[in-house]
Amino acid sequence: MAETITIEVARYRPEQEGEPTLQSYEVPFSKDWVVLDALNYIKDHVDGSLSFRWSCRMGVCGSCGMTVNGEPKLTCATFLSHYLPGPIRVEPLQNFPVVRDLIIEMTDFLEKLQSVKPWIVREDDPAPAKGEFLQTPEQLDNYKQFSMCINCMICYAACPVYGLDPQFAGPAAIALAQRYNLDSRDQGEQERMDVLSQHEGIWGCTFVGECTEVCPKNVDPAGAIQQYKLAATKEWFKSFLMPWSKP
Amino acid sequence: MKPSTAYRQYHPKWYRTRVSTLWWSRRWSYLKFMLRELSSVFVAFYVVILLLQLHALRGGPEAYLEFQEWLKDPLLVVLNGISFLFVLFHAVTWFNLTPKAMVVRLRGKRLPNLLVAAPNYAAWLAISGLIVFLLMRQG
Amino acid sequence: MANRSNEPLLWALFSGGGVAAAFLIPILLFLYGLAFPLGWLQSPGYERTLELVQHPLVRLGLFLLCFLSLFHWAHRFRFTLYDGLQIKHLNPAINLFCYGGAVTGTVVAAYLLWTLP
Repeated sequence: MAETITIEVARYRPEQEGEPTLQSYEVPFSKDWVVLDALNYIKDHVDGSLSFRWSCRMGVCGSCGMTVNGEPKLTCATFLSHYLPGPIRVEPLQNFPVVRDLIIEMTDFLEKLQSVKPWIVREDDPAPAKGEFLQTPEQLDNYKQFSMCINCMICYAACPVYGLDPQFAGPAAIALAQRYNLDSRDQGEQERMDVLSQHEGIWGCTFVGECTEVCPKNVDPAGAIQQYKLAATKEWFKSFLMPWSKP
Repeated sequence: MKPSTAYRQYHPKWYRTRVSTLWWSRRWSYLKFMLRELSSVFVAFYVVILLLQLHALRGGPEAYLEFQEWLKDPLLVVLNGISFLFVLFHAVTWFNLTPKAMVVRLRGKRLPNLLVAAPNYAAWLAISGLIVFLLMRQG
Repeated sequence: MANRSNEPLLWALFSGGGVAAAFLIPILLFLYGLAFPLGWLQSPGYERTLELVQHPLVRLGLFLLCFLSLFHWAHRFRFTLYDGLQIKHLNPAINLFCYGGAVTGTVVAAYLLWTLP
């Protein structure tokens, strides 16, 4: 029995339309199909002009984030059966400019990510003399949760503060800054603090908490931001009460 | 973080959406957030009542009696009832937020959120009990 | 240091106010706003209340409650206006209203508690 389900896909072709329109497609329904499978079916069998990003199909690459029925989702991990009987509306991630169809422009995110130096910063020679830096399981456990981030930008799409104020550093960038701050091998906390303690950095966050709710990897960016605020506040008081102390 | 914003402006073909003014009404979790933020208004409202109470205390027994009668105004009772619900909402969301901001570790293991929030509730109960005791004690 | 914002201070006051308000206001509001006016509980009279408030620790506590709670409101309400109404361009007016209000309330609280008989 060939069951089908309707997928309404946002189309935006800048050379022919001023704003996105919805286009409906009928695709076969299978209970083990995810939204990405349906999009690939459309691309392969119905309409080759549909544009979207994807790569790994298994929640690792972070490139297939889209808005499914109004919620930001990884389409490779979002089953059609969850939305029975349909229709399912697929749109590009919110809060980003749309380049074409389901493809968003992510330069802003990449710049923010880079600005927080999400790599191990060392004051001494980067190569340790005796091979590698050692780390205990407890030390690993300190930052492991935040290291699960796959840069899928779903948290940015869910964050109203980022939508309202594109200057805000945003959930994933701050969570990743925290991931390196908590790493026992890292010494770059001060450099990151200088970037993030500005207003656009962490202070714009009003703890809506949606970033944590929607994260497909349970990273908890909202928690990272609160921890960061606490750390920045402690540092502020320290430098205020003891201006002579070098941070 | 500014260059990117400038970069965008030269791509007129990109489609940009604007966040609607009523964005917080679109989703239950956003609405809950907005109600939580608005609880601060009721916090300030209570402080105003407290200041009026202190003012009445300064004015002597009659002024204080007048203040107590004023609090019996049905309009004020309703307003205080609504306020109470909001500050209750504030307290619960605030206590549940603590484990997010503070990571408590015991022997290297991160304590579960519930266990970090629990002392808040215990302290809340104790403080409320103490206030009731102080106010209701005879003599 | 020069371009570092004073957000940490405001956030610290906001947090302190959040804690103070969460612990103290629900019970106080319940008693004075509902239980006493509606006669569920016998209200302590003028003498008893004054005697309690005269205690230096209670005075200090009430002052901190007013001071921190008002700054808690100022901070939260400022962002609510930014986010909810998208009127960040009115920033100076909003700051004046929120923090000015908090400072005024704090001064009034200090004056009232200081001059209490």
